[in-house]
Amino acid sequence: MKALAARRQDRRAPLVLLLLALLLTGAVYAVVAPPSADASAPAATGDDVETGRQIFQANCSTCHGPNAEGTEWAPSLVGVGAAAVDFQVGTGRMPMQNSGPQVLAKDVQFTDEQITQLAAYVASLGAGPAIPTEEQVDPAGGDPANGLSLFRTNCAMCHNAVGAGGALSEGKFAPALLETSPEHIYEAMLTGPQSMPVFNEATLTSQEKQDIIAYIEAQKEPSPGGLELGSLGPVSEGVWAWVVGIGLLIAFSVWIGAKSS
Amino acid sequence: MSTHDHGHDRPQGDVALRGAGGTVGAAGVPARFEDPGLEPHRPRRSDLDPKAAKRAERQTVVLFGVSILGTIVFLAGYFLLPLGSSEAILRSNLALGLGLAFALLGIGTAAVHWAKSLMSDHEVVDERHPVQSSPEVREIAVKALQDGVADANVGRRGVLKGALAGSLALFPLTIAVPLIGELGEDWDVSKFKHTWWKAGTRLATDPDARPIKASDVTIGSVVHVIPEDLEEAEHVLDEKAKAIVLLIRLDERDLKPLPGREGWAYQGIVAYSKVCTHVGCPVALYEQQTHHLLCPCHQSTFDVSEGAKVVFGPAKRPLPQLPIEVDSEGYLVAQSDFTEPVGPSFWERLK
Repeated sequence: MKALAARRQDRRAPLVLLLLALLLTGAVYAVVAPPSADASAPAATGDDVETGRQIFQANCSTCHGPNAEGTEWAPSLVGVGAAAVDFQVGTGRMPMQNSGPQVLAKDVQFTDEQITQLAAYVASLGAGPAIPTEEQVDPAGGDPANGLSLFRTNCAMCHNAVGAGGALSEGKFAPALLETSPEHIYEAMLTGPQSMPVFNEATLTSQEKQDIIAYIEAQKEPSPGGLELGSLGPVSEGVWAWVVGIGLLIAFSVWIGAKSS
Repeated sequence: MSTHDHGHDRPQGDVALRGAGGTVGAAGVPARFEDPGLEPHRPRRSDLDPKAAKRAERQTVVLFGVSILGTIVFLAGYFLLPLGSSEAILRSNLALGLGLAFALLGIGTAAVHWAKSLMSDHEVVDERHPVQSSPEVREIAVKALQDGVADANVGRRGVLKGALAGSLALFPLTIAVPLIGELGEDWDVSKFKHTWWKAGTRLATDPDARPIKASDVTIGSVVHVIPEDLEEAEHVLDEKAKAIVLLIRLDERDLKPLPGREGWAYQGIVAYSKVCTHVGCPVALYEQQTHHLLCPCHQSTFDVSEGAKVVFGPAKRPLPQLPIEVDSEGYLVAQSDFTEPVGPSFWERLK
């Protein structure tokens, strides 16, 4: 204590005290502060937003406007949130290749880091849904049975009972979900891309979304019934029955009716 | 009688046809075609060559063997294959199905092959006898009937005849009444005109029955809705079938309410019956960008921004709209029941 008391008069003491105070404040903040809503993605720094803005202006601003305010042929991105960017760019739908009834998924055009930066920039324009955490989209945390009843009510009419996809009007379609990553399924529900309606956290809670993801994951197991024929129902099953089934019956009839040589 | 000789017996029935043979019509076409009769008999390889016969026999044995193997595979699959995972069930189904298929297919193909290649294949003709009995037999039968009627005095027992006719006429009711009566569990069609919705009933999510706050429904959202107190109904599923509703929030600028329905929506939130007016499928394919609502059964398409009017497909009427408002706690509630019967048309719909 004597040594400490002696050092009190040192002219570097205020500096040391200031550093200690700053460290303490930082530590207390880290413990007390509410956890970030978006724990999985690295926290967006000012640099990310700035880099994201540059990527945006180089690749997206032709259609969405220099400040993402939207133009007559592309919507404003203010308030769509990081989840929308992660879905649209992360599935390759954006940047859009050509116009048509529907924007198609294709090879992803950016690295994960660039997508994070773009998302950070768009998220900085206005509050919107964040990218879900890894925990939120983990199929293991969902109840596939409850997922079935939710999927049946909310999703099956467009995406087919097992998520094999289906047709909409005028060339639009609901895509198959079996190849889609849980993260993108979650984000699609959250943001409602293109024809799809929005299922926000009040309509389908986070847990319910996870149940739906668990149900879709369960559909990837091999079907106990054998050949699935694309799970498309009467069309593919009918073609199979009429062509293969009845074809075999005709072949047998011809064989039975033919004379032996 | 014939100009041909096939070297074997020919059925007598051919004679009449062949009698007119050779008459040539105007266009060089014979007036009647001759019955060519049976083809000459050709012996099979197995008839001529004992080796071929032996081979056919072996083939038949192999086919029966396939059947035996199929049965063994089936039994082995039944007793030995474990069940549990989807893959295990798939393997078990395959073993049972293929075993059963080849067990029967082996017997069938072996029998056909045996009959075709080894059993006698000489054509045999069986004469068909006339269906009619001889005139004497028929006369006796008619006489017996007439004697019976005269003996029983049927002509003079009117009440008896009436009773017989009456009982025969009434009996079909025992079949018809349950058959027609069970078509609908009850014939009170007025039930179709009302649903579980009442003034003040909260709109709740299907299937969890969570009441919905207007502020939670963001633009572009779709919520599948049931009445919050649906569980109190005596027949929950019957009531649910009529009361299901689709809640959609549009940008208020896109919404064009029908005259007289201006107060039925709340800040762009509209609620429509989910039962198609064509044949009653749940209409639930909603395209957020076009505001079109599609029916999965027959592709009827309704425009939600304009009172759910029909824009395509076989439906004739727009979907009934549920008038909604917000209660003091901010939850969406119904203003009343639907103002028209939901679902497909029925005779008494507008009476």
